[in-house]
Amino acid sequence: MIQFSLLFEFDMSSKRRFLRLISFLSLIHFHIIRIFSGRFEFEMQEEEKIIEVSHLVKCFGKFKAVDDASFNVFRGDVYGFLGPNGAGKSTTIRAILSLIKPTSGQIKVFNRDISTHRKYILQRIGCIVEKPDFYNYLSAEKNLEVFARISGVAIPKKKVHEIIEFVGLKGREKDKLRSFSHGMKQRLGIAQTLIHDPELIILDEPTTGLDPQGIIDIRNLILQLKNERNKTVLLSSHILSEIELIANRMVIINKGKTIAQGLVNDLLNAGDLIVSFHVDDGIKAKQVIESSSLKLLIESIENNHLFVQISREKIPILNKMFCDSGIQVFSIEAKRKLEDYFLKLIGT
Amino acid sequence: MIFWKNTYNELVKIAAKPRSYIGIGAITLIIGIILFAMFLDGQEFISFITASFEQSLSFEGKILNGNLVAFIILQMLIIHVPLLIALVTGDLISGEAAMGTIRLLATKPISRTGILFSKYIAGCAYTLIMLAWMMFLALIVGKILFGTGDLIALNSNGLVIFKEEDVAWRFACGFSLSFLSMIMIATLSLTLSCFSDNSIGPIVSTMAIIILFTIISNLELSVLQNIRPYLFTDHMAAWRNFFEDPIPVAKILKSCGILILHIIGLLSIAVLKFNKKDILS
Repeated sequence: MIQFSLLFEFDMSSKRRFLRLISFLSLIHFHIIRIFSGRFEFEMQEEEKIIEVSHLVKCFGKFKAVDDASFNVFRGDVYGFLGPNGAGKSTTIRAILSLIKPTSGQIKVFNRDISTHRKYILQRIGCIVEKPDFYNYLSAEKNLEVFARISGVAIPKKKVHEIIEFVGLKGREKDKLRSFSHGMKQRLGIAQTLIHDPELIILDEPTTGLDPQGIIDIRNLILQLKNERNKTVLLSSHILSEIELIANRMVIINKGKTIAQGLVNDLLNAGDLIVSFHVDDGIKAKQVIESSSLKLLIESIENNHLFVQISREKIPILNKMFCDSGIQVFSIEAKRKLEDYFLKLIGT
Repeated sequence: MIFWKNTYNELVKIAAKPRSYIGIGAITLIIGIILFAMFLDGQEFISFITASFEQSLSFEGKILNGNLVAFIILQMLIIHVPLLIALVTGDLISGEAAMGTIRLLATKPISRTGILFSKYIAGCAYTLIMLAWMMFLALIVGKILFGTGDLIALNSNGLVIFKEEDVAWRFACGFSLSFLSMIMIATLSLTLSCFSDNSIGPIVSTMAIIILFTIISNLELSVLQNIRPYLFTDHMAAWRNFFEDPIPVAKILKSCGILILHIIGLLSIAVLKFNKKDILS
């Protein structure tokens, strides 16, 4: 109202100048918004941190179980959490879930501190810590109902039945847990983890005690969770091939310290691979390698299998050289990379 | 909201645990045996008690009735019920730790204090059910078998006779006060449960503390005279004050105060311990 009354007091030229000023200001305003929205888009493109562990230390008396561990898990990751026994994996997971209080350091989940936003964070997490322990005197269905009731989300009974079917326990839902095998309890543990549809899933050794089919099922389930439901999974495991197959990012800890972290591909493909070439004539193949300008190191030769330290790019070149020399190549196989990488890092 | 859902969960768990029925079964069995024995041989038992008074007093009417039987049963059982209560309440935290389920429970969006109080409320509900069952068997079944009548109670002042219509409220008040003392036992065992990762420890410790304090309460040593009035065991049988004439109100209030202070103190220790506890089991 004040602006309008002022406007009527201006003469026509003043009014035009005023309108020009308004248009100029609008233009500046438009550009400022564009710049900020551009920055916002840029920020959105950055990966969102779901778990931030910074300088975590946990002492039990004089023993330091976790010693200055730091790592980040990003949205949509299947994050491998590796380390030998006693490395501090379970302690770290317990600290993330507020089961234990860190001696020092900070843990943020969903950008909030676990020590101050415990309820908010735990409502969005599904987890198995170490082994899935349930009430043996209750049935599988009742166990799930008990945990679903306190998950912070209203879960209809139908969903409980769906999840039981999903993990392959249909027909056993009324049985008491004391009659369940370890593998079946693991499946129920997975069901308990998923029942409230959490954003972040923390699985500590989820395949322990499972038969091969069970391991494949869990692996496929984790991939399904990542690909179809866009869940973030923190997966602690001793089975290196499992991490290699399903994790996109990983951290390795030893003696409580972070010793490597990053994208699995980046970590494993840094440096040469050990590749096994199965040929018809191992001696001749060795001569070809030694006379070539590729400067390759032969690690060993066993029954016409040559284990060669070689970069990814040189594999087809060497293969061509073998073929050109009349050597038949039956197979080219990279040795398990993560296993070697892991053992090298922990110094075994 | 989650707190009440968890309290419901705790009740479901207590109802499903076989050990919860040990106490109720034991009470049913013991009271059943007492009622059966009284039914067969009660008159002789009464004659034995009243024999010393018969030279100066003559008793007429039905002395052996439901009220007297209930009074005798309560006197006998109130010492054993703490063990049966501790059997369940001592297992509430430590049992979860032993099973490993405490890990899962503590990763749910409910505070540790919430978990503890859910269990406490469920434990109190169990205690109430157990006492109510004991009262039902002692009073209602006793009255069905032995009929009703005036109550002759033997207390510190000798024999006191209460009219039939004057008895029900005394039993109700006595029941409430014994409930408070049993809540005290439940609190003690729950607190001890926070310090242990196995079920046996808190149950045995609760009984050990009760036995130790009872011994101290009964020792006539001048050194212990000053602490005796503050031991909870000295107030566990305070329900009997309702069967005095006149009723020692100040004494009852003092007992209630000491029991409540014990409950608050023990609960505070339990909350502090459970909140600081690293869950490693």
